[in-house]
Amino acid sequence: MIEKDLTARAENVPVIPARSEEIIELAEGEKIVKTRPHALLPVVTNYCPGCPHGIMNRLVAEVLDELDIEGKTIGVAPVGCSVMSYDFFGCDMVEAAHGRSPAVATGIKRVHPDKVVFAYQGDGDLASIGMAETVHAATRGEKITIIFINNAIYGMTGGQMAPTSLPNQVTQTSPYGRDVHTAGFPVRICELLSTLDGVAYAERVCVDSPKSIRNAKRALKKAFECQIEGIGYSIIEVVSTCPTNWGMTPQKAFEWMRENMLPYYPLGVYRDVKADGFQDIYGAAAKRAEGCPIAQPPAANEGSK
Amino acid sequence: MATNKVLMKGNEALAEAALRAGCRFFFGYPITPQTELAAYMSKRLPKEGGTYLQAESEVAAINMVYGAAAAGARAMTSSSSPGISLKGEGVSYIAGADLPCVIINVQRGGPGLGSIQPSQSDYWQATRALGHGDFFMPVFAPSTVQEMANCVYDAFNVADKYRTPVMILADGMLGQMMEPVVMPEPIDPATLPEKPWATCGHGGERFHNVANSLYLVASKLEEKNVERFKRYEIIKATEQRAETFLCEDAEIVLVAFGASARIAHSAVVTAREKGIRAGLVRPITLWPFPVDTLATTFDTARAYLSVEMNMGQMVDDVRLAVNGRAPVEFFGRTGGIIPTPAEVLAQIERIAAEKGLGGCCCTCKNSDEA
Repeated sequence: MIEKDLTARAENVPVIPARSEEIIELAEGEKIVKTRPHALLPVVTNYCPGCPHGIMNRLVAEVLDELDIEGKTIGVAPVGCSVMSYDFFGCDMVEAAHGRSPAVATGIKRVHPDKVVFAYQGDGDLASIGMAETVHAATRGEKITIIFINNAIYGMTGGQMAPTSLPNQVTQTSPYGRDVHTAGFPVRICELLSTLDGVAYAERVCVDSPKSIRNAKRALKKAFECQIEGIGYSIIEVVSTCPTNWGMTPQKAFEWMRENMLPYYPLGVYRDVKADGFQDIYGAAAKRAEGCPIAQPPAANEGSK
Repeated sequence: MATNKVLMKGNEALAEAALRAGCRFFFGYPITPQTELAAYMSKRLPKEGGTYLQAESEVAAINMVYGAAAAGARAMTSSSSPGISLKGEGVSYIAGADLPCVIINVQRGGPGLGSIQPSQSDYWQATRALGHGDFFMPVFAPSTVQEMANCVYDAFNVADKYRTPVMILADGMLGQMMEPVVMPEPIDPATLPEKPWATCGHGGERFHNVANSLYLVASKLEEKNVERFKRYEIIKATEQRAETFLCEDAEIVLVAFGASARIAHSAVVTAREKGIRAGLVRPITLWPFPVDTLATTFDTARAYLSVEMNMGQMVDDVRLAVNGRAPVEFFGRTGGIIPTPAEVLAQIERIAAEKGLGGCCCTCKNSDEA
């Protein structure tokens, strides 16, 4: 790997001068067990204190390092709190318009099918303004990985009601609590997408403890591997928090999340075609449509005739 | 090389020429009257190792183009007026991120759902404000099927050279009509110049590339916009394209582009037969507007007539270029109606009568210009 020149980047975000291992003096018996992942640039992020985005950015970078794919990965940043993640990740990055990340990722992946493409999106971006792009990239079975941070609120703009805000949840634009009679119900993305044939892997995780963080990383790695093996579209939904806009301490926010969000958005694997015994989405889809002769391979092979 | 003349629809010529210009990535959404273009691409691209993708929406299609362009490919989308409006957001982001691509608008009548008949009512949208923010994009306006094929080549080259979206502004008439066309020689996409800025994976060999239009520091965004406008100045100075017809001694200069230029051309021929010194300036680029070509008519022109298939849009640019030197008039039909040569001739005759022009010398029939 070449030395990363961060002088230009320093105009946008503060740069951390050196790798932490070089500036920490170790006392007797101490050792460094974790260092900054290579795929995470040594810059200061714009995230609020206690925001799980920092954990998730790091986990993505750790997975890129462990799979040794930083050099062949292109990430897509959304509009929202993680908009500036194009300055944080060390791989090539593209900043997309609000909600359009799956379409942008599709364009990149079609040009470079041998590369790894991920999009990192929040709930407003993915489940509201970008719902059409989300559903269609999934149903097309695009070989991309979506990292979906669901914290039930629009963080960047100051705490408005999101498509995933819970019933009766108070936000800036649901000051009396989300009234399901007028504002409708929250969207459960993993459940929704798991009905689509293009989805190879869908899992919902959270990052509120060392154990759950390790689990989230395992899921994330699996999602990337699913893409690399060409199995199909993969999505990891992370049930998250927003201490700033929820008006809570980080600890209290995780408590609220466990108490209210996890019952509404249960953790777990929602679709895993490989575990279901299929090689990829195409096998799983053909099986699902068993009674439909035209839907059986190789009839749907585009451009073959 | 033996010329291989084939009869093609304008829409198909645009598609085939894009393929030959090295475009292997097409993202679109069905809309009349550009249908044949996407259908042609869906037939040809899979066989050329390319991607034809029918997007879920016009919005998704232009964002797929954004991704493919960022990834370094020659990418294209096509649509018609209402669909182009939906692409506006994406085009703004593409311009803001300095990415090259080609957008084709086979115009139909508007506003709203409008009609499916030919129109030129997206002139303002194409040359002024397709999306939000400070930006322009080069706009080509072909008037024959041959020129449609040729301008696709030019469009991709201009897009790559200046890292800008480029639009080809056609219309339902040009898209649907058939004419003989000689296709340009195909380019192998592998031989196109490298794009060192592309986001295609750094391979551990360089710092990461970023395609982005966000600048939270105001002075940075200003710097970026000023730099882009310097590029626009170069485009204005070097990329203006236009054709003149019988303009050398023209007293009444018609200005028309695309389909309406074909009608204006006929009207000029008839006017000359009637002894009126009429001529035609046909802009081939609408932005940059061919002010230099228009300036060559200033010495003889006593009046200008902008002929358009809208309520009067390009006439603004003609007025800006003429800048009060002579009166600038407008004639157009709208709603999908194509003006007739007789209607345009009547306007020329009216202006001639008002100005006391006419009584031309008789050599003009042969004074055809390049």
